[in-house]
Amino acid sequence: MDTSIKVLVVDDFATMRRILKNILKQLGFTNITEADDGTSAFEELKKNNFDLIISDWNMPKMTGLELLKRVRSDDALKEIPFLMVTAEAQKQNVIEAVQAGVSNYVVKPFTAEAISEKLQKILG
Amino acid sequence: MDATMINPFITATKNVLETMAFISCKPGKPFVKKEDIARGDVTGVIGITGAANGTIAITFEEACILQIVSNMFGEKMTKIDHEVADAVGELTNMISGQARKELEALGKLFDAAIPSVVSGKGHTITHYTDGPKIAIPFKTEDGGFLIEVCLEKTVD
Repeated sequence: MDTSIKVLVVDDFATMRRILKNILKQLGFTNITEADDGTSAFEELKKNNFDLIISDWNMPKMTGLELLKRVRSDDALKEIPFLMVTAEAQKQNVIEAVQAGVSNYVVKPFTAEAISEKLQKILG
Repeated sequence: MDATMINPFITATKNVLETMAFISCKPGKPFVKKEDIARGDVTGVIGITGAANGTIAITFEEACILQIVSNMFGEKMTKIDHEVADAVGELTNMISGQARKELEALGKLFDAAIPSVVSGKGHTITHYTDGPKIAIPFKTEDGGFLIEVCLEKTVD
C-alpha cells in the first residue's frame, strides 16, 4: 500500500477527522487534508490532486453521497478511490452508495484494523 | 414503548463505546423520566423520523465523558470544551446509526438528522415530541450516562 498518496478526509465532526487522521498516520500516511462537508471537499478536489477520498455520509450543505455522485460524474475526478465511513448502516444506504460507485464502505463505530483492511482492498 | 425498541439502543451504546473508546458500560433498569433537567453535564441530541418521530438524547457526567474522549483521542482531556462537545455529537450520531440498523432488522425504518450538543450544569433537554421519555442509565468505571428516547407514539 502506497502511503505517500494524498488523502482527503471529509467529515463535519472534527472528532471523526481527528480519529481517522490518527489511524492514517499510524498506517504511515502523512499527506492528509481535511474538509468539513461535501461542498468544501469538492472545492479542495478541484484545486488539488488527491489519490483517495475518505468521507462521511450525513453532513450539512452537501452529503457524502452527493459528493460521491459529483466525483463520479466529473471526468477529472471520477477515478479517485472513495471510501465511505458512516454511521448510516441500513441496507438501503449501502445499496445507494454502491450504485453511486463507492469503492468501499465502513460502518461507524470501527476499529483501526477495519480501516486498514478496507484501505488494503482499495489501494492494494 | 416495549423492550424491543429499547434493546437496540443498549446494544448500540455498548458497541460504540467498546469499539471507539475501549470502555465497557453496564446498563441499568430503564425508567420513565419526568423532568427536563439533564442528569449529566453534556448532552447530545438527535432527531429521528420514520416508523415514529422523536428524539434521542445522551447525557454524560463530566468524569465519564472525559475518560471516553481521552480514550478516543489517545490524549488526556481535562474539561468539557468544544472538542469534547464535538465528540459527544459524533458519539450520538454513531449510537443512533447502530440502533437504527438494529431497528431495521425489526422492520422499523428510521432516518436521523444531524446531532446537536448542549452542555453546562443543570441544562435542560428539549425533546421535539411530547411522548414519554424512556431513560436508560449506564455505569462505567468513571461515572455514568443516561440515554433518553422520546417518540411521539408507540411503534407497532
